[in-house]
Amino acid sequence: MHLAYPAVLAALLFCTGLYGVLARRNAILVLMSVELMLNAVNLNLVAFDVWLRDALHAGQALTLFTIAIAAAEIGIGLAIVLMVYRNRGTSDVDRLRDTAEGHEPHPINAGDSTGTARPEVAA
Amino acid sequence: MSTTTLAVLVPLLPFLGAVAGLLLGRTAPGFVRPLAILPTLAAAVLAVTVAVRQGGGQPISTATELTPTGSVPIDLSLYIDGFAALVAVLVGVVATCVQLYSTAYLRDDPRYPSYAALVSLFTSAMLLVVYSGDLMVLLVGWEVMGICSYFLVGHYWETEAARSASLKAFLVTKLGDVPFLIGLFALATDAGSFRITKILGTVAAGGLDHPTLVALLLLAGVAGKSAQFPLHTWLPDAMAGPTPVSALIHAATMVAAGVYFIARLLPVFAASAAALVVMAVMAAVTMVGSALAALAQDDIKRVLAYSTIGQLAYMTGALAVGDRGAAVFHLLSHGAFKALLFLGAGVIIHAAGTNSLAAMSRMDGLAKRIPDAFWTMTIALLALAAIPPFAGFFSKEAVLVAAEQTATGHSDLAPVAAGWLVLIAGVLTALLTAAYAARLWLMAFRGRGAAAPDHGKEPFAMTGVLWLLAVPSVAFGLAADSVADWFDGRALTPTVATSVLGTGAAVIGAMLTYALWQRATVKAATAPAAGPARSAAAAEQPAAVAATVSAATAAAESAAETPEVAEVTHEHPAVPAGPAADPGRALLGPLHRHAADGFHLDAVYDRLFVRPVRGAAGLVRFLDREVVDTYVRGAGSGTRLLGSLVRRAQTGNVQSYLSALLAGAVVLAIATAVLANVNAGS
Repeated sequence: MHLAYPAVLAALLFCTGLYGVLARRNAILVLMSVELMLNAVNLNLVAFDVWLRDALHAGQALTLFTIAIAAAEIGIGLAIVLMVYRNRGTSDVDRLRDTAEGHEPHPINAGDSTGTARPEVAA
Repeated sequence: MSTTTLAVLVPLLPFLGAVAGLLLGRTAPGFVRPLAILPTLAAAVLAVTVAVRQGGGQPISTATELTPTGSVPIDLSLYIDGFAALVAVLVGVVATCVQLYSTAYLRDDPRYPSYAALVSLFTSAMLLVVYSGDLMVLLVGWEVMGICSYFLVGHYWETEAARSASLKAFLVTKLGDVPFLIGLFALATDAGSFRITKILGTVAAGGLDHPTLVALLLLAGVAGKSAQFPLHTWLPDAMAGPTPVSALIHAATMVAAGVYFIARLLPVFAASAAALVVMAVMAAVTMVGSALAALAQDDIKRVLAYSTIGQLAYMTGALAVGDRGAAVFHLLSHGAFKALLFLGAGVIIHAAGTNSLAAMSRMDGLAKRIPDAFWTMTIALLALAAIPPFAGFFSKEAVLVAAEQTATGHSDLAPVAAGWLVLIAGVLTALLTAAYAARLWLMAFRGRGAAAPDHGKEPFAMTGVLWLLAVPSVAFGLAADSVADWFDGRALTPTVATSVLGTGAAVIGAMLTYALWQRATVKAATAPAAGPARSAAAAEQPAAVAATVSAATAAAESAAETPEVAEVTHEHPAVPAGPAADPGRALLGPLHRHAADGFHLDAVYDRLFVRPVRGAAGLVRFLDREVVDTYVRGAGSGTRLLGSLVRRAQTGNVQSYLSALLAGAVVLAIATAVLANVNAGS
């Protein structure tokens, strides 16, 4: 199989992931896009490992590492997103602007700050 | 103890007293009075002992070098000749009198401890000036006196007048001190030493390279310290201080330092005929001007201040004709009677409750209230007016004789012109001096009007001191022959010609004043008879009202209630309804207005110096606030502006950060690729 197919596929996947990271509002979808990018890298690693006929199969070994790290990362990431959602009632990335300079400290909470901080309890 | 040890103790004791007084003033108030009086008294006694041991013979001269100080060595040295010994006695006696007097005069003053300590320090500084044989050490005493006078004149610093007077005294004397310091350096460079003995040796050997320059520079410092024209303006204003301080500054210490300094270094001044002529002109202008101004002053202390300036000008005049014996003789007798005058004036002010001669002339029986002050003041005024046989007569005659001898060409030291200048100005001033002395006496003690307020008997510490000082004021002149032995040996006895001239002038001046005063009193007595004038000052005693004409202010105050007064003042709109019995006004005529203002010298200085300095200060303030500060503030606000621009980028949106990161990475990658290709192609 020609190298071009997996390479183009990986590039498409990476671009899709990049677009998702930069443009999606939902934090979970952002995390999924990160996964897409990681997997694009994995695909590249495996493809080039095969194409280069590396005796040590460093590419495949590195892919395993990446998968393991990605699993850990998604675990922590989803936990964070869950906690953010519980605290703020939303997981939209562009509404989490606490670090903005000169804005309200909790623009999200400004509306419903009368009730509890946990929207599922309030609901 | 050896004479040298005693002499060292003389300035040291008041200094230690001052230090102890300053340290213990708060914690141990009971010790303040002993600490003020005893060291000064001991110094006076020691000064007398030193004077007796020195005896006008060979000068005592010792020196120790504490540490090498570079090119021209500075020694701690004593140089006590007849002049130093006698002036130190004067300083000690007057300072003791002032301290004794102050215990009564300022007994209720909360700042008495610091005051007494400063007076002691002042005395110690003056004694240092008197005894020092090294010009640098002399300068230390000289400057300590300057700062002490600043503190003492500003004793009542709550009042604006005292604050500005103390600043003025300090600044004007410092204005003279700058050229003085340069002159000292120039002199020391020429002579190779600060020691007075070596300098005098160099002068005698003709080794002085720039005698005129040095003499004129030193003269500027002396003019500032001794209040000679044109640097005399601080002295009348210095009257804002307590009266004993005026006595101390005027009689024995501060102002005497300048004259004493010239007397010590007279050969340096005499080496330049030009300097002597300048000195003579200065003395003549100061003499006549201050006497005229004294005739027009209303404040009794200002009269005395101007008279001090005039008497100092006599001394400067004597020095200008090269006779330091006469100068120091006048310094001594003037020190005695002027201290008496000031302390007596303090008693008068205490009793009358006012400084104003015009107000005193509206009081009856002031002399009976304070007989001690009356008699001693009379003696001192007679001495001031140089009426024989009081002390002032002999010392002033000594000055006039010296001037006359120079004028007739009998002096090998001074130019003839200086002699004539001093002689003519001296005789004229003798007339004016007698006139203002008589005016002061008549207005203070021969007032007509309401009875003087009764403040009870004056304390003995005040009146006793007056009698003590009255003794030298009367009898010091008789010692003229023996005093001459202490000095250069030139006779100080008066000659017939100058006696007749000087005394004649004095008598004419006094008689003229008396006549004018009589006329003015009669006129004052008759003038109000036309209309029933009522004086606010004498409102309680209608019987006495007819004899007085109220002052313009008093009239204005009562004008609202009593239309008669308004009528009277309306009749003479041009003439201020001042004290009628003021012979000075009649004597000076149109000059009176200018003389009362010190010939507008303050206004001239204000125009010449104060305003340009203020303008320059305003410019500097503008440059600092508006120009320099703009850059400083711009550095801050510019950074703040940039910061607020950068803050805009911090939106808090992570995705936009990441986008920027990506864009940057892409740009970098493209740039790297392009650059790599360009480099590879080249």
